[in-house]
Amino acid sequence: MTGAPSRPGSAAEVAEAVGGAERIVPRGGGTKPALWSVEGAYVLDLSALSGITEYLPSEYTVTALAGTPLADVDARLAAKGQYLPFDPLLVEAGSTVGGAVAAGANGPGRLRYGGLRDFLLAVTFVDGRGEIVRGGAKVVKNAAGFDLPKLMVGSLGRLGVLTECTFKVFPHPESCATLRVAGMALDEAIEAAGRVGAGAVEIECLDLAHGLAGWDLEIRIGGRSFALDARLKRAADLLDTDVSTLSDDADARHWRARREFGWASTAASVLKLPLTPATAGALEQVLADLDASQVARVYSAGIQQAFVAWPAERVADLPALDRALSEAKLTALALRAPAEAANQPILGHRTGGELLRRVEQALDPAGRFGRL
Amino acid sequence: MATTDAADFLDALTQRLGPERVLTGAAPMAAYESDALTAFRARPRAVVLVDSAEEVVDVVRLCAAANVPFLARGSGTSLSGGSLPVHDGVVIAMNRLNRILEVDPVRRTAVVEPGVVNLAVSDAAEAYGLYYSPDPSSQSVCTIGGNLAFNSGGAHCLKYGMTSNHVLGLKVVLPDGEVIEIGSDSLESVGPDLVGLFVGSEGLFGIATKITLRLLPKPETYFTLLAAYDSLAAAGEAVAAVVASGLLPGAMEIMDNLAIEAAEAAVGAGYPLDAEGLLIVELEGEKQQVAAESELLLEVVRRSKPYLEHIASDPDDRMRIWKGRKSAFSAVGRLSPDYIVQDGVVPRSRLGEALTKIQHLGEEHRIRVANVFHAGDGNLHPLILFDGRVEGELERAEELAGEILRLCIDLGGSITGEHGVGMEKRQYLGEMFGEADLDAMRRIRMAIDPGELANRGKMFPDAEAPALLSHAPHPLEAAGIISRE
Ligand SMILES: Cc1cc2nc3c(=O)[nH]c(=O)nc-3n(C[C@H](O)[C@@H](O)[C@H](O)COP(=O)(O)OP(=O)(O)OC[C@H]3O[C@@H](n4cnc5c(N)ncnc54)[C@H](O)[C@@H]3O)c2cc1C
Ligand SMILES: Cc1cc2nc3c(=O)[nH]c(=O)nc-3n(C[C@H](O)[C@H](O)[C@H](O)COP(=O)(O)OP(=O)(O)OC[C@H]3O[C@@H](n4cnc5c(N)ncnc54)[C@H](O)[C@@H]3O)c2cc1C
Repeated sequence: MTGAPSRPGSAAEVAEAVGGAERIVPRGGGTKPALWSVEGAYVLDLSALSGITEYLPSEYTVTALAGTPLADVDARLAAKGQYLPFDPLLVEAGSTVGGAVAAGANGPGRLRYGGLRDFLLAVTFVDGRGEIVRGGAKVVKNAAGFDLPKLMVGSLGRLGVLTECTFKVFPHPESCATLRVAGMALDEAIEAAGRVGAGAVEIECLDLAHGLAGWDLEIRIGGRSFALDARLKRAADLLDTDVSTLSDDADARHWRARREFGWASTAASVLKLPLTPATAGALEQVLADLDASQVARVYSAGIQQAFVAWPAERVADLPALDRALSEAKLTALALRAPAEAANQPILGHRTGGELLRRVEQALDPAGRFGRL
Repeated sequence: MATTDAADFLDALTQRLGPERVLTGAAPMAAYESDALTAFRARPRAVVLVDSAEEVVDVVRLCAAANVPFLARGSGTSLSGGSLPVHDGVVIAMNRLNRILEVDPVRRTAVVEPGVVNLAVSDAAEAYGLYYSPDPSSQSVCTIGGNLAFNSGGAHCLKYGMTSNHVLGLKVVLPDGEVIEIGSDSLESVGPDLVGLFVGSEGLFGIATKITLRLLPKPETYFTLLAAYDSLAAAGEAVAAVVASGLLPGAMEIMDNLAIEAAEAAVGAGYPLDAEGLLIVELEGEKQQVAAESELLLEVVRRSKPYLEHIASDPDDRMRIWKGRKSAFSAVGRLSPDYIVQDGVVPRSRLGEALTKIQHLGEEHRIRVANVFHAGDGNLHPLILFDGRVEGELERAEELAGEILRLCIDLGGSITGEHGVGMEKRQYLGEMFGEADLDAMRRIRMAIDPGELANRGKMFPDAEAPALLSHAPHPLEAAGIISRE
């Protein structure tokens, strides 16, 4: 590297850095080290590329440079009663706009309106040839050209370095509260979750958290304050068992801790797995077979994803987990893992390889970003 | 291709599918020469009627081996020329692949073949209290495969999004015949969002043969409000006020006076004929929540001073209101022998400005324009009325259509919200995107399909266009089966 900036302050400087590097990895807030600690790679620090470039509350759109901490975006939106409905993870830990998009991970609140993919409207990125590319449009509806914003969701820094992103935002519910049923058996909890989900009550979050005494079912409901009590009662009636309620601050704190992974040991590897209520059993079996039934885990967003904290003392078993997941046709993304996992943050079953290889060839022919 | 090779190719198709499912004559192929953008027409080499995904794969492989371009065709209702045959290519008619393979009420998914008609998915899901959310006005005829190719939308896409937000998994035949599966039946995924890339790719990445869709619980109740204003601007301001209030309606639509008049004449929806701007706002969801929201909505809308308001009194009344809205365009079409449905997007705070400018542009070009639009997301559908038999009118209408697209770009919007680029808007893609942006898209296309066999000549600005003919109503429209939105 000769003279290229390692902490670029503009898309042009990012392009310069990419053009001059043999192997490069973008790093946002650095909160998901498993995703950027690639051996031998030149780490491009995006923290200087920070700032909200446009926020138009009446358009439901916000545009920010890729290194902007999500906490800043959150605060700006909150002041106007709006939010990012995909419910980003690790906001307080320092997650950035670009890191969130590249990791493609969503919080429990994605259940209500959709994930990051559904709320990313436009992107600017530098591809592997050092070209600055724009995709999408900064309006809430657009069907022109290929959907490059969606392609960048989950791209893990392998297809381009994001420099700017535009999101669709929504009004935040006026108030929220959470119903909780503690210590259920897993089947019982899944069945209850299905019952409430199939009812008329609209749900913000629905998580099953593994605890010492079994599974806790947590259902968050949000909307107009005036109607909230009646709706909580309706959902509680569907549960038809002992229910406790978290309101106001307690409710907010609970979900914040969930998104910040306060429940996982700081040394543990953290995995995200796409799931359905029908495949939760398969993951349980994989864990049981590896003698790991006690690991901390949450089945989140209506059991559409699992977060698993894989204990530090069992790091040596990650390859075994990888194989077991493949056999069970389950896939995992290591959000946090030991450095040696960074070359391949995806574990288990893979699909679409042939299409992905062609896309990688188009955007990064020299393989500067590494291959997934 | 040499004549003998051409004959061999047709022989191979016939051997695989049998003679009755390989159409070659001018007469049998006539219905496939055009889509709902009737201005364009092209004669394919053959039309094949496939019955299974395996047949799609084999036909694509034969095309790839013989270097013959091809495209999938659903119901041919594309308004942008997306399903226009590629000259001398093969049209793969997907309508027989119309089985709903599975509806899973627990996962809330439906697995369908691409020829399934949009509305059939909701019909199949109904028994479980579920529905398929994207609702193009053509939903009683258009196919899921076509919806997927264009990322189609409808009036009710404000809250839960367009087609792309509801497609979870795909089985795809790439243009060289390689078969891949992407996505899954989960809402979540890992790695680059390839399903997201495929949806909206206008048939340029190959053919989807199996599609996993997400279903939603049917809203428990609706609150539908009609408000009439003495200016379009006032209706637009009401939309801004609703947005600012923090409400998230399921739909927000506006019609102008010409559109109102035509819709009234056609279906008698009970719209006030003297309104300059008519706003329809609909809340949907859980009873208690909608009740609480409707009070706020009424308060906000009343502050915008409509001279008349009407709340749908029952499901029939609601249906009547929507019928007027959904028939508006074909109704306006009856006032004019030819018309172009334009589809552009502007930031919604600039809707008023856009409408005023469109009116001026219309006057300048001496062409009447009616407006019906998805106000909630700034998606305009100006309807450009003209008579193709009058010397120069078609050219003026085309010119006006182009000016409107440029206006959308200038205001920071898009040249299409839901109808796609297809054939019609290719030349404007390069005005909306820069050279490096188009180049990246072209590189992706060429990496996936180096021979440019899949839907050759669409979307990108450089390809040759067949001559313009007219903008008469789609045959299905003329028959009253579908209407434009
Ligand atoms: C359970 C858990 C707890 C954690 N706790 C803490 C903590 O307490 N404190 C702390 O500091 N960190 C913590 N981390 C580390 C975590 O690594 C966060 O710092 C953050 O969520 C990641 O977002 P990011 O912006 O930091 O992305 P990064 O971690 O920097 O990157 C994520 C991925 O996105 C890519 N990427 C980033 N930016 C771009 C871009 N602009 N364009 C393209 N690709 C890009 C990277 O290459 C990488 O593949 C924790 C992580 C986990 C999983
Ligand atoms: C009266 C009328 C009203 C309309 N209203 C709306 C509306 O409200 N909203 C809206 O968004 N659109 C609307 N449209 C446009 C049109 O209905 C949509 O674009 C629709 O999705 C097209 O579906 P189709 O089955 O007719 O596809 P076709 O026109 O047959 O094909 C469209 C494109 O899809 C590709 N394709 C088809 N099947 C596949 C497959 N299996 N895999 C890959 N590519 C495939 C084709 O190659 C082609 O490029 C309307 C059209 C009409 C005529």
